[in-house]
Amino acid sequence: MAIRSFLILFILFFFSSLNPILSLYEDQVGLVDWHQQYLGKVKQAVFHTHKTGRKRVVVSTEENVVALLDLRQGEIFWRHVFGSNDVIDGIDIALGKYVITLSSGGSILRAWNLPDGQMVWESSLRGPKHSKSLLLVPTNLKIEKDNIVIIFSNGRLNAVSCIDGEVLWEKDFEGESLEVQQVIQPPGSNLIYVVGFASSSLFEMYQINALNGELLKHESAAFSGGFLGEVSPVFSETVVALDSTGLILLTVSFQNGMISFQQTPISNLVKDSFGPAKIIPSSVTGIFAIKMNAVTIVIRVTDENKLEVVEKTNHETSISDALPVSEGQQAFALVQRAGPEIHLRVKLAHNWDDNLLKESVKMDQHRGLVHKIYINNYIRTDKSYGFRALIVMEDHSLLLLQQGEIVWSREDGLASIIDVTTSELPVERDGVSVAKVEHNLFEWLKGHMLKLKGTLMLASPQDIAAIQSMRLKNSEKSKMTRDHNGFRKLLIVLTRAGKLFALHTGDGHIVWSYLLQSLQKSKVCQHPIGLNLYKWQVPHHHAMDENPSVLVIGKCGPSSDAPGALSFVDTYTGKELSSLSLVHSVAQVIPLPYTDSTEQRLHLLIDADKHAHLYPKTPEAISIFERELSNIYWYSVEDDNGIIKGHALRGKCTGEVADEVCFDTRELWSIVFPSESEKIIATVTRKLNEVVHTQAKVIADQEVMYKYISRNLLFVATVALKGSGEIGSVTPEESWLVAYLIDTVTGRILHRVTHHGSQGPVHAVFSENWVVYHYFNLKAHRYEMSVIEIYDQSRADNKDVWKLVLGKHNLTSPISLYSRPDVITKSQSYFFTHSVKTIAVTSTTKGITSKQLLIGTIGDQVLALDKRFLDPRRTVNPTQAEKEEGIIPLTDSLPIIPQSYVTHALRVEGLRGIITVPAKLESTTLVFAHGVDLFFTQLAPSRTYDSLTDDFNYALLLITIVALVAAISLTWTLSERKELQENWR
Amino acid sequence: MEKGKGIMGSGRRWAVDFSDNSTAPSSRDIPDPPGFARASVDQDDSTVSRQKKDAESNWKAQKAWEVAQAPFKNLLMMGFMMWMAGNTVHLFSIGITFSALWQPISALQGVGKVFEPYKDNKVDLLGPKLLFIALNLGGLALGVWKLNTLGLLPTHASDWVSSLPPAQEVEYSGGGIPL
Repeated sequence: MAIRSFLILFILFFFSSLNPILSLYEDQVGLVDWHQQYLGKVKQAVFHTHKTGRKRVVVSTEENVVALLDLRQGEIFWRHVFGSNDVIDGIDIALGKYVITLSSGGSILRAWNLPDGQMVWESSLRGPKHSKSLLLVPTNLKIEKDNIVIIFSNGRLNAVSCIDGEVLWEKDFEGESLEVQQVIQPPGSNLIYVVGFASSSLFEMYQINALNGELLKHESAAFSGGFLGEVSPVFSETVVALDSTGLILLTVSFQNGMISFQQTPISNLVKDSFGPAKIIPSSVTGIFAIKMNAVTIVIRVTDENKLEVVEKTNHETSISDALPVSEGQQAFALVQRAGPEIHLRVKLAHNWDDNLLKESVKMDQHRGLVHKIYINNYIRTDKSYGFRALIVMEDHSLLLLQQGEIVWSREDGLASIIDVTTSELPVERDGVSVAKVEHNLFEWLKGHMLKLKGTLMLASPQDIAAIQSMRLKNSEKSKMTRDHNGFRKLLIVLTRAGKLFALHTGDGHIVWSYLLQSLQKSKVCQHPIGLNLYKWQVPHHHAMDENPSVLVIGKCGPSSDAPGALSFVDTYTGKELSSLSLVHSVAQVIPLPYTDSTEQRLHLLIDADKHAHLYPKTPEAISIFERELSNIYWYSVEDDNGIIKGHALRGKCTGEVADEVCFDTRELWSIVFPSESEKIIATVTRKLNEVVHTQAKVIADQEVMYKYISRNLLFVATVALKGSGEIGSVTPEESWLVAYLIDTVTGRILHRVTHHGSQGPVHAVFSENWVVYHYFNLKAHRYEMSVIEIYDQSRADNKDVWKLVLGKHNLTSPISLYSRPDVITKSQSYFFTHSVKTIAVTSTTKGITSKQLLIGTIGDQVLALDKRFLDPRRTVNPTQAEKEEGIIPLTDSLPIIPQSYVTHALRVEGLRGIITVPAKLESTTLVFAHGVDLFFTQLAPSRTYDSLTDDFNYALLLITIVALVAAISLTWTLSERKELQENWR
Repeated sequence: MEKGKGIMGSGRRWAVDFSDNSTAPSSRDIPDPPGFARASVDQDDSTVSRQKKDAESNWKAQKAWEVAQAPFKNLLMMGFMMWMAGNTVHLFSIGITFSALWQPISALQGVGKVFEPYKDNKVDLLGPKLLFIALNLGGLALGVWKLNTLGLLPTHASDWVSSLPPAQEVEYSGGGIPL
């Protein structure tokens, strides 16, 4: 205790004289942190290219972002993130100055000012029932000089004024089983057609006066074959649909209120049938496409409603929406991928045979197929039309093509990160210098002169600006080799598109990217999902020559028994080493604490039938595993049944799945929560790679408390079934929250606490021997954070100093969880102002540095909060000794210090996760926050006590040394001389 | 000293010979002054020198005891300083404590040197030395006690367990909510 307290006090003494708050100076922004803005996969794009003014495009994305992009560089002018519960259904531009967005299942309509992105108006639309949401902005349809927007949502057709968002008229479509498919507004008329299906075999058509919502006509016709999927409008009064078998195309014409069907079996159009077809909707007059398995067929509808196949291709084809060009003509684009190139064709709707434009563009193989295309035209200097195309690729990236070249590209796949891991960079070897050397000696000298000027405070404002830009562009930080402090690493991220990116922590640039074939749509796997990333091989001592690699786990489809897929990717080169399509499913992945001789970590994959499969499938791994078999357990949390089950491994699989690496499991214990009073809403465990420095916690009166440190602890939070809804939906008496600490080997409940009148959502973080969780207190109408610390009482009698000095204690001998633990817990609760999106905790290499909680706030910022504020030993009046220990007097709420926002002035829009990685320097931890945006920084929770800070005054040190050396030599010569004189006397 | 040596060495200009050759009969060419009795001097010589030596050794013994007692004063002053410094860890209190530790140690290292001038066949230096050592040890003890009250000595269990790594667990368990 004594030495400890001395050191702590010494440090405290040192730093209390400095600024106690961890914050940045203005000129430190961007030195170690970087921020990148993304949008997500574009699902709709509308161009805004008037003859004058800047060329812009409005996009909406699957991450629910609406943004205005510059067409020249692809920069974001403005951006709004709607959040996951406000899904965007449609966007359009009205009056040339408003961006109209329809969101939240068609119930919120907003208009944004196009140049600056400010909201102009918002109106909420309600309706009788849930339905498809359609947004239509007719170009020249006016009600009393008022441009209107037509919205079909929630079973109701609305006409909304463009100017102020007022609902001008509304019309309900309440037919019991009516499913509206399309709302068509023939240009130049005041009519609106609403077409849909009712009771699966009835085609319904409503003709409505657009000016007042009056129903003009209602026709319905039965088609015995039924309907399947969507309809595609081909003419203003004709749509194409598929019958329920997907083998017959129906051309439905409702001219003059008469509905007529025309059936065309697909087998009549193409010789060999490929199974049921699917319509790809397009807005091009007279053209539509169907897809049968991998074959895309483009079909033209002639004036007599005859169908003609114009193209049949095996390539994945995307068709753009119709783009009106001169005199009522429509252009559209088709784009296909063929090998390393993509082929873009622009055609006129009525003239299939000629191409307005035909281009081939070289495209990186790792962008995959083209998913979407949007085209826009411009007039070239020779008065002909030129076209630019905005394409969305399989990896969710967005590119602009013009004149056969990629003008710009955005890696918007990075907006939807699923999982993150890190990898070390290669070690710098002699002769292999990856860093860029300074251009020449003169530049180098100039840089150092400037720096010297800066430190001696002789620099002019221009010089200071130059120094700042030099600091920001320091080539040192983006080097491709390992550094001494471990600040430079690779962040390996897996995106929802199934692409793996390696980002450099220095400046965030993409080192490599790889589109995983195992996570791409294929014949065997229709809906692949990427799940997780694990460190597969971390070369260390005896496998130094191997490159590190990561394991990517995915599965085919959302069902629990879908077969899994594994990929192993080298993190230095970004190449896939191998991939496996598994026969079994993947329900759990358990990285084991054992590695084989090549430093490959053993992983246990549990399938849906509760068989365990060991990877890597080598005899060596099996022998290591079998040695430890009896000590390996696993548990499963079935949150919908409210059961937690513990399992042990039994031995090799028996029965039909006879496999060397397959092991049977048996159930050991189960905890069943009463379904009506407790529902599992959150579980959290310690991070596997967390390092704990010590098992003892020294408290004020030189007493020791032994932390109960176990990797096998699970924190579970349950709420009353009634209280599992939204905050405020129940009274405090009906809702409670129970927190458990469960030992996952034996199933023993170590601690249980009930918070009456509290409600979820619960966000929790578990580290060392404590857990912090955040929930809502209904009685106090405020958010609360609680901390539980768990201590081992059975070790508390290790008090004899001599035994400890001589090492005669059993504190470090291995312990079994089957020995009866004697634990005590301490807990405390505090109010917290913010609602929280996620909580993380800092981690350092040795675990000596004090911890900070990183709280992702609802404002998409990251707040660093000292763990000292969440210490259950806080009291209102701490004693002198406790104060010396650093205990803060108890307050009812946790302070939010504005300077302790890690993200300073920035926002990580759509924040989803915070990852902390230890650097090699003990004081420092690397923090990566991801959402729609990415943010990275370095943090030193106890300041950088083990290295000189950036603002250390080297000049002063240098001057002092020089002065000292000068003084020494001067006095030495003086004394020599004096001695000589004395001798001569 | 050096200067003198130098002069005595090479650059000798004149010299006085203090050697008393008065007793030599050959040199007795100058008669003794009247009233000078050579015999009496010769007779008293030995007793006077013995007396002188006794006085000197007495003086040396006394001095040695004085020197041996000197650390006591130091001890008192140290104690006062320590009381002044208080029990909180401070730059000042640490400085005091370390000087309190250093002084006795350096003094103990130089026990021989301290008593060098009083070395004599007749003087028993063991007593003073022991006292000196005891007092310095007392000073050292005071310093150590101060160190302990400041909490800088590893005398508590906490000092020995605070860096113990957590115990290894035999069992390993993993899992969670199915993916």
